[in-house]
Amino acid sequence: MTGTSLDPYSDRYAQRTRGMTASEIRALFAVVSRPEVVSLAGGMPYLNALPLDAVGAMIGELVSVKGTAALQYGSGQGDLRLRERICDVMALEGIRGASPDDVVVTVGSQQGLDIVSRVFLDPGDVVLAEGPSYVGALGTFAAAEAEVIHLPMDSDGLVPAVLAEMLERLTREGRRAKFLYTVPTFNNPAGVTLSVDRRPEILALADRYDLLVLEDNPYGLLGFDGATLPALRSLSESRVIYLGSFSKTFAPGLRVGWVLASHAVREKLVLASEAQILCPPTFSQFAVAEYLDTQPWLEQVKVFRELYRERRDAMLTALTALMPAGCTWTEPGGGFYVWMTLPEGLNAKVMQPRAVHARVAYVPGIGFYADGSGERELRLSYCYPEPDRIREGVRRLAGVIEEELDLSATFLSGRGERRPAHRDRGSAASADAPAADLA
Amino acid sequence: MIADAATPGAPVSAGAPGAVAGSSAGPFTTDPEGRAEVEGGSVALDELTVVVLAGGLDLEREVSLRSGRRVFDALRLVGMHPREADADAALLATLAAEPPDAVFIALHGQAGESGAVRTVLDLTGTPYVGSTAAACRVAWDKPNAKAAIRAAGLRTPDWVALSHATFRELGAAAVLGRIVTRFGVPLMVKPAQGGSALGAIPVRDPDELPAAMVSCLSYGDTVLIEPYVDGIEVAVSVIDLGDGLRALPAVEIVAANGVFDYAARYTAGMTTYHTPARLPTETAARLAEVAVRAHTVLGLRDLSRTDAIVTPDGAVEFLEVNVAPGMTETSLLPMAVEAAGLDLGQVCGTLLARAAQRG
Repeated sequence: MTGTSLDPYSDRYAQRTRGMTASEIRALFAVVSRPEVVSLAGGMPYLNALPLDAVGAMIGELVSVKGTAALQYGSGQGDLRLRERICDVMALEGIRGASPDDVVVTVGSQQGLDIVSRVFLDPGDVVLAEGPSYVGALGTFAAAEAEVIHLPMDSDGLVPAVLAEMLERLTREGRRAKFLYTVPTFNNPAGVTLSVDRRPEILALADRYDLLVLEDNPYGLLGFDGATLPALRSLSESRVIYLGSFSKTFAPGLRVGWVLASHAVREKLVLASEAQILCPPTFSQFAVAEYLDTQPWLEQVKVFRELYRERRDAMLTALTALMPAGCTWTEPGGGFYVWMTLPEGLNAKVMQPRAVHARVAYVPGIGFYADGSGERELRLSYCYPEPDRIREGVRRLAGVIEEELDLSATFLSGRGERRPAHRDRGSAASADAPAADLA
Repeated sequence: MIADAATPGAPVSAGAPGAVAGSSAGPFTTDPEGRAEVEGGSVALDELTVVVLAGGLDLEREVSLRSGRRVFDALRLVGMHPREADADAALLATLAAEPPDAVFIALHGQAGESGAVRTVLDLTGTPYVGSTAAACRVAWDKPNAKAAIRAAGLRTPDWVALSHATFRELGAAAVLGRIVTRFGVPLMVKPAQGGSALGAIPVRDPDELPAAMVSCLSYGDTVLIEPYVDGIEVAVSVIDLGDGLRALPAVEIVAANGVFDYAARYTAGMTTYHTPARLPTETAARLAEVAVRAHTVLGLRDLSRTDAIVTPDGAVEFLEVNVAPGMTETSLLPMAVEAAGLDLGQVCGTLLARAAQRG
C-alpha cells in the first residue's frame, strides 16, 4: 500500500519551484478585496479617475475601424506606431533621441524584467538591488536562480558609497554583478527617490566597475510637485537598460510595458520575447497608441498626480497623528507607497493576522527582500483608497501596532532582537503575496 | 460493529450516550435516480434548493472559498443546482429572497465554526448541515473540547490555555518557565480557536517560546500549549447519512518536512497521505471509536473530523475536532469519503436532504 502526495509530478519539478508553496500570508490576502477591509496593501491605480466613456468610445472605434489589424498577430518587437509614441513618452523624462528600433514592447514591464533576466542571468549570478526591492523583480531573479545582494538606501535612495564598497568587495572576491536593478524614482516599495546629485555618481561607478544598470521606472511621471527627474537612461545610453510601463499612467489591465536597450541587447530581448509570447498583445498596443494619439493623456497624468498627492498627504498626516512612538516611515515625493519601519521587537509578518482581524491590510516587508530580512518593515499604499478610508486604515493599523507592542512588552522585553518563529520560511517572495497586489 | 482498516466506511456503534448505532452494512450511495433516503421516505436531490455558504472574513477565507467550490462542484455532479453565498451583509437578504431547503456550511474559522453563523441561520429558520450552534461553541474552543474529551475518559495531551492578559499580569517569563518545567519540550503552541494550523507552532527550544507566543497571540487572545506528542498523525472523519454514525477510513498524514503546517496542508506534493492509515486493525478500530466518541461526547451532528496522534505504543491522543472540515482538493474528509467508496456529492447531497427534512 502506498500513499499519495496528491501530486504525481512532485519528483519532476524544476529546482526553481522550491518556493512555490501555499503560504499563510498569501491566504490572508483573500480578505483584502472585501469592502469591509481597508486595503493599504495593493498597488492598484485609481482607474475611477480615467475618462472611461471616452476610452470606451475610443476602443469601440478601434475594433470597428481597425479591428482586422488590432485583433491580428503582430510584430514580436511590438507595433512600430506604439514604439514611436513610447519614445515621445520617454523624452518627457529626459531620454532624447531614443530610436523606436531599440524599443521592445512587453506584456507589462514584468515581462521586460523576465526577458532581461533570461538574457543575462545564469544560476548563481549576482544581481545587486536596492533593499527593499520590487517583489516582482525578485521573483524573476529567483526564477533565474540568481543571487540577489541588497544595498540599503537612505532618504536619497541608493547610497553611492555603499554601492562602491559592494562593487569593490565583489571585485576582490573575483565576482561580478551581472547588473544593478534599481527603481530610482518613487521607489516601489520604499517610497524614496534617488537624488539628482547621486544619479551621475551611480553611473560613474557603473563606468568604473563596468556595471550594467537595469532601471525600472513605472512611476517617473507621477511626481507630486509636477517636475520630472532625469531618468538614469537619460544620463547614460550605454550603461542602462530601461524599463517603462503604461500601467500607472493609463491602465494596468492592458499589460503594456517596454524595454529600451542598445541594439545588441535589444536583438536578444526580441528573440527571448518571441520565444515566450510570440508577440505582445496587438489589441492592447493599438489601444495605448490610440489613447496617446487621441486623448489628453498628459492632462490625465496631472489628474492622477493630484489625486495621489492628496492621498499621500492624507496618509502622512494620519501616520503622524496616530502612529505609536518608535514607528518611522518614508515621505514619498511621488508614486504609490510609504515604507514603514516598526518599533524594535515587532514583526510585520507575525502581526498580520491581528491586522486582518482589525480589517486593515498591508504588505509585510519580508517579501521585498531576497534574503529574508525586513521583518520590522511593511509597505503601505495610498493609491487606491479614498482619503477617508486611508485615515481609517491608518487608525486601525495604529491600534494593531499598539496591541503588538503590548504583546511584545509582555513576552520579549529585555530579550533583544527576537528570533524568527518556526513558520517563517525565509522570504519566499514570489509565493507570499498575490503578484497583482504587489505591482 | 467496529470499523477497521479492512472495512472502510462501515457504520460504527459508538457505545456512548447519545450515539446513533449503525444499522446498515456496505458503502452508502444514493439510489440510481438520485434520491437520498431520509427519515420517512426519500428526497430527490435535484429538487432541493441548496446554498453553499463559503468565504467570510476570517483568516481562513481562502480555504473556505476552495472548500465551498469543491462542494459546489460535487453537488452539481450529482445533478443538484446549488447556489453560492458569502457570509457577508448580503447573506440574510439572499436567504430571504429565495429561502433554500438547506445550507451547506463550508465556512471555516470564527464565523463558520464558532456557532455564530449557525445562530443566525437558526434565527432565520434556515436548515443547515452540521452541528448546532451550541455544540460548535464547545467544539470550536480547543481547551473546552479537550476538557470534554478528557472528562469522557478519552486521552488528550495535557494542556494549558492562557490569555495574553494572564501572562502580562503574572509575568510571562515565570509562567512560561512553569509550563516548560511541567511539560518539558517539545511543545505545541496554537491559538485556542481556529483551524488550518494557522498560528500553530512546534517549539523545540524554550528560548523559542516567547516568539512563538507573540506569533500565536496575533491570531487570537488565548493560546493553547500542550506537549508535542510524537507518533502517527491521523485524521478520522465521521459522517451520519441516516444509517448511524460511521467513521470513515483514517487518513495518515506524513508531512515532508515533519510539520503539517499551512503550506504542508494546502500544497499538493508536500505531504503524503495514506488512506486508510497504516495501522494494525485493532488500533484502527480504536481510532475510529475515539472519533465517534468525540463526535458524540461533543454533541456534534452530521459530520466532523477528529485529528489525533497514534503514539508508538498504540494509544490514541485526541488533538482537536473540526465541525466544518476542510473540503479542498488537499483536504482530509474528501480523501476519506473516496477511500470509503463514497461519492462526495452524494454524501453532501444526502446531508443536505437530511438537514432539509430536519427543518
